[in-house]
Order: sequence, then C-alpha cells, then structure tokens
Amino acid sequence: MQLKVPGPMVVSDFTQQVEAIIGQSVSKCYQCGNCTAGCPAAPEMDFGPQRIIRFVQLGLKDLALTSNTIWTCASCVTCTTRCPQEVDITGVMDALRIIAQREHYPVQDRYVTALNDIFLGNIRTFGRQYEIGLIGKYNLRTRQFFKDVMLGPKLFFKGKLKLLPHRSGNVREVREIFRRVKEESAASSANRAGRA
Amino acid sequence: MRFAYFPGCTAPGSAIEFEMSTQAVLEPLGLQFDEIPNWICCGATMGHTTDDNLALALPAKVLLNAREMGGGLEVATVCAACYNRLRATNYEVQHREDRRAAVARILGEEYGGDVGVRHLLDIVVNEIGTEALSEKATKKLGGLKVASYYGCLLVRPPKMVAFDDPEEPRSMDRLVDAIGGEPVDWTHRTECCGGSFTLSKISIVRRLVNDILSAAKDAGAECIIAACPVCQPNLDLRQAEVEKQYGEDYGIPVLYFTQLLGLSLGASPEAIGLDKVIVDPRPLLSAKGLI
Amino acid sequence: MARIGVFVCHCGKNIGATVDCERVAGEAAKIPGVVHSENYLYMCSDPGQLKIKDAIRDKKLDGVVVAACSPHMHERTFRRAVAEAGLNPYLAEMSNVREHCSWVHQDIEDGTAKAIDLVRVMVEKVKLNQPLTPIRVPVTKRALVIGGGVAGIQAALDIANGERDVILLERDPSIGGHMSQLSETFPTLDCSQCILTPKMVEVASHPRITLLTYSELEEVDGYVGNFQVKIRKKARSVDMDVCTGCGVCMEKCPVKKIPSEFNVGLSMRPAIYTPFPQAVPNVPVIDKENCIYYIKGKCKVCEKFCGPGAIRFDQEDEIVTYDVGAIVVATGYSLYSVGEKPPGSTIAGYGEYGYGNIPDVIDALQFERLASASGPTEGHMRRPSDGAEPKTVAFIQCVGSRCPEKGITYCSKICCMYTVKHAMLYKHKVHDGDAYIFYMDIRSGGKNYEEFVRRAIEEDGVVYLRGRVSRLYRKDGKVIVRGADTLSGTQVEIAADMVVTANATLAQPDSQDVAQKIGIAYDKYGFFSEKHPKLAPVETNTAGVFLAGACQAPKDIPEAVAQASGAAAKVLEMFAVDELEREPTIAVVNEDTCVACFFCKRICPYSAVEEKEIKDRDGNLIKLVSHVNEGLCQGCGLCVVACPSKSIELLGFTDEQLFAEINALAE
Ligand SMILES: Cc1cc2nc3c(=O)[nH]c(=O)nc-3n(C[C@H](O)[C@H](O)[C@H](O)COP(=O)(O)OP(=O)(O)OC[C@H]3O[C@@H](n4cnc5c(N)ncnc54)[C@H](O)[C@@H]3O)c2cc1C
Ligand code: SF4
Ligand code: SF4
Ligand code: SF4
Ligand code: SF4
Ligand code: SF4
Ligand code: SF4
Repeated sequence: MQLKVPGPMVVSDFTQQVEAIIGQSVSKCYQCGNCTAGCPAAPEMDFGPQRIIRFVQLGLKDLALTSNTIWTCASCVTCTTRCPQEVDITGVMDALRIIAQREHYPVQDRYVTALNDIFLGNIRTFGRQYEIGLIGKYNLRTRQFFKDVMLGPKLFFKGKLKLLPHRSGNVREVREIFRRVKEESAASSANRAGRA
Repeated sequence: MRFAYFPGCTAPGSAIEFEMSTQAVLEPLGLQFDEIPNWICCGATMGHTTDDNLALALPAKVLLNAREMGGGLEVATVCAACYNRLRATNYEVQHREDRRAAVARILGEEYGGDVGVRHLLDIVVNEIGTEALSEKATKKLGGLKVASYYGCLLVRPPKMVAFDDPEEPRSMDRLVDAIGGEPVDWTHRTECCGGSFTLSKISIVRRLVNDILSAAKDAGAECIIAACPVCQPNLDLRQAEVEKQYGEDYGIPVLYFTQLLGLSLGASPEAIGLDKVIVDPRPLLSAKGLI
Repeated sequence: MARIGVFVCHCGKNIGATVDCERVAGEAAKIPGVVHSENYLYMCSDPGQLKIKDAIRDKKLDGVVVAACSPHMHERTFRRAVAEAGLNPYLAEMSNVREHCSWVHQDIEDGTAKAIDLVRVMVEKVKLNQPLTPIRVPVTKRALVIGGGVAGIQAALDIANGERDVILLERDPSIGGHMSQLSETFPTLDCSQCILTPKMVEVASHPRITLLTYSELEEVDGYVGNFQVKIRKKARSVDMDVCTGCGVCMEKCPVKKIPSEFNVGLSMRPAIYTPFPQAVPNVPVIDKENCIYYIKGKCKVCEKFCGPGAIRFDQEDEIVTYDVGAIVVATGYSLYSVGEKPPGSTIAGYGEYGYGNIPDVIDALQFERLASASGPTEGHMRRPSDGAEPKTVAFIQCVGSRCPEKGITYCSKICCMYTVKHAMLYKHKVHDGDAYIFYMDIRSGGKNYEEFVRRAIEEDGVVYLRGRVSRLYRKDGKVIVRGADTLSGTQVEIAADMVVTANATLAQPDSQDVAQKIGIAYDKYGFFSEKHPKLAPVETNTAGVFLAGACQAPKDIPEAVAQASGAAAKVLEMFAVDELEREPTIAVVNEDTCVACFFCKRICPYSAVEEKEIKDRDGNLIKLVSHVNEGLCQGCGLCVVACPSKSIELLGFTDEQLFAEINALAE
C-alpha cells in the first residue's frame, strides 16, 4: 500500500464531508487506540475503529467506505465514551455509513443495510415498527428463509409477535417527514459537492 | 407525578412484559404516564446509521408531539434505545445550530431541545428515591441475587444521558437493594450485548451474550435484570442457542427491572407478564417464596 | 523654562525605513522648551550615549527624551547614561517610535507624523518629571525553604553551604519527599534511599539549617528581603529533645492497622510512628486521629514503655515567627488517582478501570514500594491480593495524563521513564515473567534515557504495545486488560496477574492555598508559575520568591535538583548585597485629603496599602489614613484609580503628567 501526496497536502473533501456530519474535527484523534481496545466488535472488524479514524484524517475514502468495520460497528458508544480526546467515533461510524449509502458504495454486508431498509420502510408505512413483518421481510430479502426460524414460534406463543401491525395515527405526517428528509439530505450533499 | 409517556415500538410486541410491568408499577409509585397521542417510532439505530437528518427528525417529532400535550410535561420512556435517541436529539439541537435549522426545515417547526426526557429507572431512583421505594415495597425479595445489566445506551454517552456513571452505574443496584434483593457485584454491567445486530450478525451477538451470561454466573447471580427491550430479548431469547454453541448451562432468567419492582409492590405474576419470559423465572421465584 | 534634549534613533533601518528621523528631530526642535535635538543611527551604542551625555553637560539639559525602541529594551541603558552625566535618571523618558510606530506602519508619511506626536507627548511629560531616588530596602539574610523533598533539601544545603541561614519547613514527620519512597532510579538504577539519605542527614546536622518537620506555613507577611513568616509546629506528642528514636513505642502501640502513607497502603503502621526507618528526624509522632488515648482517654502504652520518658500527651501546637529575606517554594507534586472524582474537582477518575477497586491493579508509587528492598515485601514481587508472584504484568502509561476527557491535557513527563524502569526491575526480579507496557509514545529525551529504554526492550525482553487500555476487570483471579496495539492494528487482551498504572503527576492538592499565602501565581492545574518560561524559570512574579522542583511542573530528580541549585544561587545572589534597590515609581498618599475609605487597601493586589494612625502630641488618635508600604508597592496604579478623593498619586505617572501628555495630543 502507498499513500501518495501529489501536491500540497490539504484537508481532503472526504475529511470535510465527515466532519460536517459529526460537527467536530477529526484532527483531535491522536491515534491512541483506545477505541479499538474497547470495541466489542473489533475481533470481527477488518480494521479497528482507530484505523478508520486514521483513514478519515488522511482522506482515504475508499479504504474507509469499503471496510466491513462500518457495518460491524454495533453503535454501542463505548469508544466515544472513553476516547481521551473526546472524538465522537460512533458518530464517525454513522457518518461513514450514511455517506456509503448515499454514494452507493458497494456494501460488503447486505444484511445490515437490508435490515435498515426494511426497518425504515416499516416506519414510513406504519409510523411505527412492525416486528413480525420486519423479521419476515428481512429473512426473505437476505434469503435466509430458515434463519432464526425457531425463535419465531417462541415469541409467537408467548404472545410477543403480533400478526397485525399497529399503526400510528400520524402516518401521513411521517411520510411527509421522510420526503423532506430526502430533500434536505440531497440538498446538503449537493451543497457540499458544490463547495468542494 | 405526571409524564408524557413514549412506549416505543416494542411495547405492544416483543417487550410486552416490559409494558405490562411498567403499567403495573405506575399506580403504586404514584406516577401517571399519559401516552403521547399518535406517537411515531424514534428511528432507533437504523435511523442514525442511515441518514443524519432522519435520525433527528423522527425523535424531534415525538418530542414536539409531547410538547403539544401542554403542561410542560417531561417525556418518560422505558426503552433505553428510545431514551438515548430522544436525549441525543435534544443534545444535538441544543449544541448545533446547523442541525437545529435542518430539523426546523424538515418538520416545519422550530425545536430547540426543551422537552425533558427521563427513563423510568431515573425517575424511580432519583425522583421517588430508594428510601420511599423501600417503604412502598411490601413484598421484599428475600435476598434474591440479582445482576443489574445496564447495557450501552442507558448510560452512554455521558454528555447526553448522564443520570448515572457511564462505567460503573449503580441505579438499578440501588433499586434492587431497596426492594430487598441482593445486588451482585459483577463486571459486565455496561458491556455491549450486540443489540443492534440481533437479527443481522448473530455470531457477534452470541459471543457477547455469552460473555455477559458467564460474568453473571461467575458473580453468583440468580437472575439478571435489564432496562432495555433490546437487551432483554438478546440475553433471554438467545440464551439457549448460546448455551449450545459454547457448551454452557446458564439457565439464568432475564427480567425487566419493572417486573421485580412490580413483584415487590405486590403485583400478580400475570400482571407483570412473568409467563412471557423465555427462560422461565417462575421456578426460581417460587422456590424463593416470591410467587 | 525647561531645557529639554530630544534624541531620535534610527535603529538602523528598523525605525529609519518608515520614520524620517531627521524630520522628527527637526520638528522636535520647534517644541517650546526643547533646547537640543538630534538624530543618530544607533542611540544605544557608546557613541550614541556619548551624544546624550555631552548634550546634558553642554546645554545644561534638565530633561531628556529618547525616541527609540521600547522602554523594556533600553530604558535602563539611557537612564544610566543620563545619571553618569549628573542628571537624575528619572528626568529621562523614552518615546517608543519602533514597536508602537515604525514596525506597525508601512507609509513613511504616516510613520513620521505619528513619531512627531509621540515625541511631543513625551516632551510635555518630561517637563513635569520630578527627580526620584530609588528605594533602598534592607535584606534579611536568612531563607525559608518550603518542602523537604529532594528539591527543598538541595536548595537548603546549597544556601547553607553558601554561609547563610536556612529554615527548612516540611509538613510530614520526616523530610525526603517522594524520592525517599522510590526503589531504584532511572537511568542508572542507583538506589534512591542510598543517594538521598546522606543528604537528609546532612540537612539535620548542618549548623546553618533549622529543620522544622511536622510543621505548616500559616502566614507570610512583608516583601522581598523582609518577609515575616508564621509557622505552626504541630504537636508531635513526643519531646524531640528527649526521644532517642529507639522505636519501642511503635512496637508496643496496640493500634496496628493504619494504612501506611509511606507504603501507599501496602502495609500497616501503628498510631505512634515514623514514616520509615531512615526518617529524619528519627522521632515518632502520635497520629491523634487514630490513637486510642486521644480518642477514648485511655491507653498510654507508649508512655509506659518509653525508657527516656519522651511522650508528651499534653503537647500543643506552637506558632513560631521568623524574619527571612527570601523564600524557596519546593512543595513537590501529588499523584493522580483513578478513583471517583472528588467533589469540586475538575479531574475525573477511571470508571473503566473500576475506580481503583480492582485488586492487583496498583499505581506506580505502590510498585516502587513493592520493588524497594525496604518495602513491605522486602523487594520481592508479590501482588497485593494473595501474595503470589505475578507472572504476567501489564504496565499502562499515560493514565490520567494527556487525557482531556478526564480533565488533564499535559504530559506528566516522568512516567515513560519510570515505567520502563518498573518493567526492567520486574524482569530482573522475576526472570520467567512477562512484562507488557501499553504506551502512546515513549518520551525518553534526556541523557542516557533512550539507551535505557532500548536496553529494556533488547536485553530484558520487555514488550511494548502501542495503544491505550480501554478497560480492566477481574476474572478468575486475573485482571483482564483490554488494550490495543495500533502498530499491528489489533485489539489485545491480556489476562494479567497484576497491572501497574503510570498515574499523572498533579500539583499538591493544597497548592493554591499555599500560593495565595505566599502571593505567587499558579496555572489552572495548580502548578506554580515561573516568572518567564524561558528566561526566568526559577523566579516568580513576586520578588524574593523562587521555585524549585516538581511544584512548578512535573520533573524528574535531575531536573528538580538542577532547579533547586538554580534557586539557591538566586537567593545567594540576593544575599550578596546589604540593601536592595527598587524602582521609586510607587504610589503615595496625600494624608491631608485621604478620607480613610480604604478602597485602595481592598483593591491592591500586593497588599501594599496599610492603615496608618495619625496622632497628636499626646498620643490621641486624630484620624486614620491610608499608607503605601514602599517595599511592597509594585506601582501598578490600581489604587490611584480606586481612590474616590483623588488622594493617591503614582510617582513618575502623576495625573498632571498624564494630562499633559493628552493635552499635547489634543493640540
Ligand atoms: C512512581 C514514580 C517513580 C519515579 N522514579 C523516578 C526515577 O527513577 N528517577 C527520577 O529522576 N525521578 C523519578 N521520579 C520523580 C521524582 O519523584 C521527582 O522528580 C522528585 O520527587 C521531585 O522532588 P520534589 O522535591 O520537587 O518534590 P517531592 O518529592 O514531592 O517533595 C515535596 C516535599 O514538600 C512537602 N510539602 C508539600 N507541601 C508542603 C507544604 N505546604 N508545607 C510544607 N511542606 C510541604 C512534601 O511533604 C514533600 O516532602 C518518580 C516519580 C514517581 C511518581
Ligand atoms: S480513542 Fe479517540 S484518540 Fe484514541 S484512536 Fe480512537 S478516536 Fe483516536
Ligand atoms: S460504537 Fe462501534 S466502533 Fe465504537 S466501540 Fe461500539 S461497536 Fe466499536
Ligand atoms: S519509645 Fe520513647 S524514646 Fe523510643 S522512639 Fe518512642 S518516644 Fe522515642
Ligand atoms: S497512647 Fe496512642 S500512640 Fe500510645 S500506645 Fe496507645 S494508641 Fe499507641
Ligand atoms: S511521560 Fe510518557 S507516560 Fe507520562 S504522560 Fe508523558 S507520554 Fe504519557
Ligand atoms: S500602586 Fe498598585 S501595588 Fe502600589 S499600592 Fe497601589 S494598588 Fe498596591
């Protein structure tokens, strides 16, 4: 691997993109590794969170956005809580996932995004979560028809899965929120692209 | 004390016993929870990992709805994940001008983070207080050994939640003590259970759940209590498969703190949904003469 | 009519490039009262100064204005020259046409116009200048050294060996400070006690040193050369003149379970104790909070067994006062604790390390005691929980330090080096043991320091892992260390038998109180502030008060000792003269108009304003007025502004003079 610096080293667009979302400068990170040390999901990650922050510092966008790390992060906030430099690493992970999805980076791990999609789809449709629908659709989308198949009945017979969704009376407003969020997010990325 | 209640999406379903037991403790504790009319989902983890604007807009809408109820009510919730999202939203709009403006554009209404958000555990321990609680708890737990599991989102990040220590929280331990249980000192109070991966990355979840259960067992816990409808099912529902994978035999019932609280306040086992828990707590509780 | 000379300096091109000096001199000559005016390339040079001297003599000048650089730079130079020509030096002033003019202007027209204004202003002031004479204050040639750590010991010995009297004040029952607790010292591994004890003994026996242990500073009054210090000698409950130091009382005392401060809680001590066997003085004290007699009124076992009869239960604290001319502050440091944040503190603990409640997680000072041949384990590696020899030890650096999240931004400077020493000592004692050091950087600048680190890695097999440790918890009698190695990019988990944390160096918890008593400044962490970070590192902003050792910033022994010797040299320099000279630009009170409101007294930051009684011939009080102590006043001018009856003037900067300056501009 090689990091080439073709001209004057400026803060890369990618670094700025992440910083705009988290509202903080990643230059605070002094690479102590505390985030990696305490991360419950680190054993399964190809790069620990500390490496990811380094990639962001250096503007190494592809490395950051194609790593499985950002999809393996459990959003547990351990890293952010303990970072001696008060870097919001969990926030950086969110930002990277958001950018990867917006810019259609090939996602190594379809499972997580599939779940996110269905989850948010449910909110858009019902205003709330619809758990049995979530599990069913998820297994369909990810073609794991029999996954966790034993858990379903357990829940069902305990009266914990409802066959019919609960709707919020606010569904129309919720759809409106989704629509405006889409506009807002498109506008803010366009804005950033324009500035860059 | 009156609050605007945000039940969260798991209340009618997978965490129905949390909801039942919450309802069962309100009256004896002198609390009034008025459900926020037409509340919507806060977006949970899926929201903030997908779109930064969505992550704030959904919770902000919930908080605005609560404000419309009038009376300057604070929002109460029992779900640690919802609690975290609602508090995070308040923090962000309070501290970041750009985010507040974006929320206002999306919702067509200004929200400045002025609606307070409390978790039931915070209310019980800090508003009602352990002394009063101890008086109200007529049926003491007889030294039941309880491991209090806080998980990640209830106490982190401290900047945003802050009702207890982020690394060594003790609210639930104090609650257990007040109702006659024996809080066990253990190491995994705040270790992550992998909650947000419960459907997608099961191998990580199993590894983390095993660590937690084994720490509870080592500490001599007879049961675990949780304050989050994501953690509880992870530890409860997945216990059998974790035992199989790691060749362990835990059999540790995982309850909601409201269930033990309800029991001590004299609620019936049915009212607090003891039958809904997968690793059945009833043999343990009846052996202890508690049901 | 005034006879003033104006001298305009080019400062090479520094002024000359943006100010037309010749024109300035020409314009100055036109000001009424100016009888001489010239310009020259370098006024501060010998020929330049000669021009001033000559003009004073030839033209009988009664005032001089030098338009040149800042008074900070050369006021002394020119005033000396003026004095040599027989004129009172305070009749000379500088007009700053460099920093305030040529350096900030681009345009020569602007620069020249402004320079002319600045000269006019100063000429008007000088017309009103009065001759002043420097204030002379006598010097008491005795020093107070506060703190008996290695820095205080060194400073006291150097001053005493320079044939001056020293009071050495230590609040603990013995001198020695932290160094007496250390096992062996980097980078040479010589035994700390062996090199310190001889110095401690020398202090105790030096005829010039008065040693006051178990004593505290109560009050400091006075000013440079003339301090009065009040010291509380706490009751030891033992007669120092009678006690032979036999130690029988300590053996017999029935109280046995008080955690030893010296061994940082790793062993227990009785209620009557000396901190350690080599204590100086070797006289015990009774810890009244834990003595059965003081608590319950019964026991006196020590008294029964004390052969010479030295126990004095009725001894009381004694206040003693000394006059001293200089003060050396050497109060040292304290160690950060990972425990929960004390109320009011801005520095938090480590919940992720269990707030210090995990057995077998010890701090670096505890490790020193474990490794010390005179320590609770006689130097054998035994972990606290079960006394077993730890086979895997993890050392964690930067605990508390460099951690804004916990409230400390600075690097503690010494811990990289003592940690490598610890790992090395451990490997020397437990040959089949493993030592891991979690670090962020290895800061080993210092003579033979880097070589010491390499030796630990290459010869002793110490393993460095680059990363912080995120969490510690206990499992099956081990301490699980969850860290990282950022160089390989991996998470690291070690099941350690013992963990040693390199805790941050903090100021003493009471350092701010001490600073306020003495009247010196401190930074936001409570470390005392030096006068100048580069050029005056041992002085403070308060004349006559000097700093030595870790009370100023984290330091290792060589640095602490070097600074102590520096402070001693400063004291001896001061004591080389009989009188000190001070600037006469101080405040004076007009006693006729003073209404005794004492606003001035309240506002004066140097406590220089006193209340003075005016009495008639029979000694009856007529009135109270304010009086400014010449020795203390720093000429800051605050009181002048505060005085509602306009009864205070600052000599050299009177209202009349300042108004004359303003008027000159308004013309
Ligand atoms: C674990 C550890 C290992 C170390 N190892 C080494 C090493 O190997 N080599 C090395 O060079 N350095 C080492 N050091 C650093 C060394 O301890 C310091 O450099 C040295 O002790 C500083 O001396 P000092 O006199 O400035 O302060 P201190 O040793 O702290 O002495 C200050 C003295 O002042 C007294 N005092 C404080 N306040 C008052 C008051 N108000 N009134 C009266 N008395 C007061 C205290 O009781 C104390 O006796 C180590 C430090 C630590 C923590
Ligand atoms: S813990 Fe903070 S400072 Fe350390 S590597 Fe991670 S982000 Fe950087
Ligand atoms: S938030 Fe993500 S990156 Fe941070 S510790 Fe948790 S899982 Fe690891
Ligand atoms: S027994 Fe008496 S003489 Fe001996 S050390 Fe104690 S006080 Fe001193
Ligand atoms: S009187 Fe106090 S110091 Fe003396 S032996 Fe008894 S307890 Fe110990
Ligand atoms: S000296 Fe070394 S261990 Fe100590 S704070 Fe500085 S870098 Fe950290
Ligand atoms: S001039 Fe300043 S130092 Fe002097 S007496 Fe007035 S206030 Fe105090």
